[in-house]
Amino acid sequence: MDERVSNLGQQGGAGAARPDAGAPDACVPASVRDLTKTYGAMTAVDHISFTLIQGTTVALLGGNGAGKTTTIAMLLGLVMPSSGEVRVFGADVSRNRGAVAQRLNFQSPYVDLPARLSVKQNLTVYAGLYGIANVAERIAYIAEHLQIEPLLDHPTGKLSAGQKTRVGLAKALLNAPELLLLDEPTASLDPDTADWIRRKLKEYAETRGATLLLASHNMAEVERLADRVILLHQGRIIEDETPSALIATYGRGTLEEVFLDVVRGRAKPEGAARSATRKAS
Amino acid sequence: MSTTNAQAKGAQPILFAPIGLRASLRRIVALVKRYMYLLRSSGVRLVELIYWPFLQMLTWGFLQKYLAGTTSPLAQAAGVLIGSVLLWDILFRSKIGFSTTFIEEMWSRNLGNLLISPLRPYELVAALSLWSVIRLSVSMVPVAFAAYLFFGFNLLDLGLPLVAFFAVLVLTSWSLGLISAGVILRYGLGAEELAWSLAFLLLPICCVYYPVSVLPEWLRPVALALPPTHVFEGMRSILLRHTFDAKDLWWALGLNVVYLVAGYVTFSRFLASARVNGTLLRLGE
Repeated sequence: MDERVSNLGQQGGAGAARPDAGAPDACVPASVRDLTKTYGAMTAVDHISFTLIQGTTVALLGGNGAGKTTTIAMLLGLVMPSSGEVRVFGADVSRNRGAVAQRLNFQSPYVDLPARLSVKQNLTVYAGLYGIANVAERIAYIAEHLQIEPLLDHPTGKLSAGQKTRVGLAKALLNAPELLLLDEPTASLDPDTADWIRRKLKEYAETRGATLLLASHNMAEVERLADRVILLHQGRIIEDETPSALIATYGRGTLEEVFLDVVRGRAKPEGAARSATRKAS
Repeated sequence: MSTTNAQAKGAQPILFAPIGLRASLRRIVALVKRYMYLLRSSGVRLVELIYWPFLQMLTWGFLQKYLAGTTSPLAQAAGVLIGSVLLWDILFRSKIGFSTTFIEEMWSRNLGNLLISPLRPYELVAALSLWSVIRLSVSMVPVAFAAYLFFGFNLLDLGLPLVAFFAVLVLTSWSLGLISAGVILRYGLGAEELAWSLAFLLLPICCVYYPVSVLPEWLRPVALALPPTHVFEGMRSILLRHTFDAKDLWWALGLNVVYLVAGYVTFSRFLASARVNGTLLRLGE
């Protein structure tokens, strides 16, 4: 029996392997309800709730220790929530991550691929782990698309930061994830390479109809990529708006100024409460 | 953008269903392939696999040769020391193979990528176990052959029980490997020393080079509760008295099942605890 399932033609391919397909929110890429994570007396994430809508790019914005990475880690199943619920494509990640793992992927400059393996070897291994049947063709396509063909036979550890980011992105896009999580995807890259990466991410999100959740400190990146910004401060959601609405709400010229207002505890201008009230309702 | 025909075919990934036995096997094979690539990438690693067991075998082989000409008939019995060292190396190398392969994922900061992939923890354990046996074969087959060339000791002279000895030792090594991996997951690379030293804890108690009767009376039940003790006792029985009690080995295999279950439970608990404590976010530090 041929058990291959073509993925990209229809949303949520690999349909044969979706035990939660019947769940009411099986089509919702991710939903987080009243999520809290504490480490002893320290609260990293404090009763946050949000839902990701398919095909949108959402940015988690916040200062160091705001809870961005912990939130992403809980969505990935790397960290267990202290309370609350994390669902990805309807599956409770704490208990049934395996059912949906093939439909998502992750990239971060803080997680590496084995340095001694060549780029092609790494991609081959991950193609196997993600259950890809057309390995050679898929690697060839991704390599061409992300311009890493000349790097395929190079040891991954010998690549520059920009090249490593592209290879990391290649790994993250191998399975054409419906939900792509990114932790500071352009950290420590030169402006040209960072711009190139953003362009590719935008292109991917649009052509695939994928949902992107990115944690970033880079305001220009967020303004360019995100349809929606979730602003975190000390583990709590302070704002959940479109970038332009957020800028308007705070009466500022850029997202960076809004960010500084929030992390420095400056009061919102008059009328800002309306936005928060609207969100809460 | 110009694409070749092959590349165009890869524009969309064709995915196998991610659940079921075949999916599991595919992921295990993918991970074993990763370890194979790693070994192939470094000749030094390959040589190192054979280097230490070969030196051990030479040292104990020469000691055996010396004792054969000077001491009691018991010590003169051909191959007891070499046999001990080879069997001990099966346990030790298999344990090291399991643990270092796991630690390698942390050194390379790759474990996060693995743990968010469709790979299940039991598949990771299966891949590590399978790879430890492959590494062991690469390491021990040439050394066992060298023991025959240098000292005329043929490990195969142990006969059919050798298969059971091998199984007992490898299963024990997996139990120890699982415990080390779990502790390292939970406490980070600071606990790395455990990977190297845990097997040595067994060395004096499981009577590698001497019979159980040498131990103080109170320590003997502890020794007999360790599966490898039965292997070393069995080996001496075959080489010195040409007899072999299979009952002991069944007992050892039974004990191994208990240890293996305990090892997996320990690993799973530590992995769960690492998820709760956020240790997996700081892997590689």
